[in-house]
Amino acid sequence: MAEVEETLKRIQSQKGVQGIIIINAEGIPIKSTLDNSSTVQYAGLLHQLVMKTRSTVRDLDPQNDLTFLRVRSKKNEIMIAPDKDYFLIVIQNPSD
Amino acid sequence: MPGIQRTGPVKNKRGSNTQSQPAKVAATKLAKASTKKKDEDDGTEMGDGTDEWMQRKTLIKPPDQLDLTEAELKEEFTRILTANNPHAPENIVRYSFKELLYQRTGSIDQLATHFMLEGNLLHQDSDEARRQKARQGYPEGMVPIATEAKEEKPDTLQAEVEEVMEEGGSEDRSDSVQHKGGKPEQKQTNQFNFIERGSKTLNNPLRQMGCQTEPPPRANFSATANQWVIYDAYVEELQKQENNKEKQRASMKKEEGKSKKKTMLVETQSDDITKFRKVTKIVERMVIQNTFDDIAQDFKYFEDASDEFRQQEGTLLPLWKFQYDKVKGLAVTSLCWNQRYKDLFGVGLGSYDFTKQGHGMLLFYSLKNSTFPEYFYTTSSGIMCLDIHPNLSHLVAVGFYNGCVAVYNLKEKSIQPLYTSTAMSGMLTQPVWQVKWQKDDMDNNHNFFSVSSDGRVVSWTLVKNEMVFTDIVKLAVGDSVTGGLEGLQLPNPACGTSFDFHKEVDYLFLVGTEEGKIYKCSKAYSSQFLDTYDGHHMAVDAVRWNHFHPKVFISCSADWTIKIWDHTVRTPMFTFDLNSAVGDVAWSPYSSTVFAAVTTDGKVHVFDLNINKYEAICHQPVVAKKTKLTHIEFHPVYPIIIVGDDRGCVTSLKLSPNLRKKPKEKKRQELPEGPEVEIAKMEKLLNLLQDPDNSSLG
Repeated sequence: MAEVEETLKRIQSQKGVQGIIIINAEGIPIKSTLDNSSTVQYAGLLHQLVMKTRSTVRDLDPQNDLTFLRVRSKKNEIMIAPDKDYFLIVIQNPSD
Repeated sequence: MPGIQRTGPVKNKRGSNTQSQPAKVAATKLAKASTKKKDEDDGTEMGDGTDEWMQRKTLIKPPDQLDLTEAELKEEFTRILTANNPHAPENIVRYSFKELLYQRTGSIDQLATHFMLEGNLLHQDSDEARRQKARQGYPEGMVPIATEAKEEKPDTLQAEVEEVMEEGGSEDRSDSVQHKGGKPEQKQTNQFNFIERGSKTLNNPLRQMGCQTEPPPRANFSATANQWVIYDAYVEELQKQENNKEKQRASMKKEEGKSKKKTMLVETQSDDITKFRKVTKIVERMVIQNTFDDIAQDFKYFEDASDEFRQQEGTLLPLWKFQYDKVKGLAVTSLCWNQRYKDLFGVGLGSYDFTKQGHGMLLFYSLKNSTFPEYFYTTSSGIMCLDIHPNLSHLVAVGFYNGCVAVYNLKEKSIQPLYTSTAMSGMLTQPVWQVKWQKDDMDNNHNFFSVSSDGRVVSWTLVKNEMVFTDIVKLAVGDSVTGGLEGLQLPNPACGTSFDFHKEVDYLFLVGTEEGKIYKCSKAYSSQFLDTYDGHHMAVDAVRWNHFHPKVFISCSADWTIKIWDHTVRTPMFTFDLNSAVGDVAWSPYSSTVFAAVTTDGKVHVFDLNINKYEAICHQPVVAKKTKLTHIEFHPVYPIIIVGDDRGCVTSLKLSPNLRKKPKEKKRQELPEGPEVEIAKMEKLLNLLQDPDNSSLG
């Protein structure tokens, strides 16, 4: 558990990282470094996106599974790593 | 009884109807008294005859008689005679089935029957009379005189019975007589007493009973049946079946069952943590990929275009730099790439400084994450060498400064090594300079070799839970004073510093020593060397066999030189002077003529003998000044090298195209004949070397 905490701290300290959100399988944010309203917004929207993506990937080949999802936009990049029960979302601005 | 009501003033009787009894008494007394006296009311037993008799006006009142005033006494009461039956009830209420309620009968029957007698006279035209006539045998119409008629008939019992019957008028016997009479019978209703009355059986009141169950709980369910949902369901089923099978097997042996239960519990507890771990790792790598995006791109795609302009020289492009906070003060003592996972490499850290010996560290980095090691282990003693098993990439053999060897298992999360050699199990007394994994022995046990400063080449075999060692070779210092050197406790004992096993010929290996000699040994012969090469003036830091050519090896030493040998020849083929102590040298895995070396002045030298036999085609300072480079390794696949320095930092560099040239002799046939071409290349060079003695080529 400490290891995980350490890793998260390291991620947070990387340059350009704006926030980290952990949400559970139902889309409820468990942990976040952003403010409440943003967290809820990100969680709600991204949860659906990840479900859809995962469904797509697995539909094409059931033995396959989604490893991670990157959404790169003009201002920043949203990286999502899904797991069976959790999603980890990191928002980074790589050009900072 | 109709009440006889009197009119007129009542003198004697003053009581109301309620006082009838004393009135009657009075009446009787009056009746008696009337014989004697008319006016006196003599109702009580009190009276003395004379006194009361004298006093006419004093009336004797019964004690409970109502006292009324004169006016009231003179009041007249009118009494009316009616034909009403005083005994008839005045308020009969009957239940009306029509209206279904109790209703007061309007008119009440006032008829009072005083006397009733049922007669036995029959109307002569009535049915009953006719029947009787028929019985008696008289024709209809005649008025039979019962007694006379009967006298005419023969005196039989029947006649008597008939008489009795006529008088009595009972029907029962008449029936039987009628039957005998022979007339058809009709059920005859009694004219006088016939009452038709219907009755109703009791109807059980109707009751309605209903019952209602609780509505079953409902829930809305919706799902999509995708291909993967179905697949997942099947996989789960399979797993369940397998678990059941395991449980069945486990139930045979109780102990195993218990242990499995324990493991199950542990898994559920640590499930959350482990799942987090994996995901966070992935995300970390993603973030770092972003941060170091340009480096990653360079690593993959960058080819230095300026190499075309530089004729033969090449450059090294710095890529990632691997640093870890906790390793400050330690020098990189060994590097090793993982054969299976191309991005993983191991770094051993310790100290070359004999006065500053402290702890050591074993780190494993991945190219994907240059900020933090994937695995790290702290050791009590400095690590001098490490080797990753070529097949089982989770086994790592490590040699320590204090003479121990250990094997770590990367799969396990424990910090402790899998095996450690202790003083009991043949710990070496001097630092272990090199370890190398070998092929599994006949019993399929893993084993590795180590060489150390005490002159022993030891083979360690991993048997179940322990390591077993066997001395392979004891290095004795060649000709002269053996006893003296072994007896002397020199700070730098003259013994093995590096070794390398031949790529193809398994039992053949080379050992480099502190005093500059290189010995060719065989696993079979433990005391004798096959050959000795007087290589260097100072300690041999590294010996390496060529990856392709079976005869060629290279050695480097602190005497600033690199030498290339043919093991059949005792003198070196090539010698290179690098102006600085050479820390390490390595052959490239893609070409038989390319090798690289690192020196203590922080430079990397790359040579390609095919292009330039005398000079390096690249020499480039890689680290800051005053940092010594200690080790170098080529990546087996990618065109990168890693160099370790004495600050604990590992730098990765990309080789520019010029450094990676392959001879373009025969384009079509080149690839399949890769190793052979390399060998041929080398051969050519060697031949050229031997030729200059004879020819004019330089």
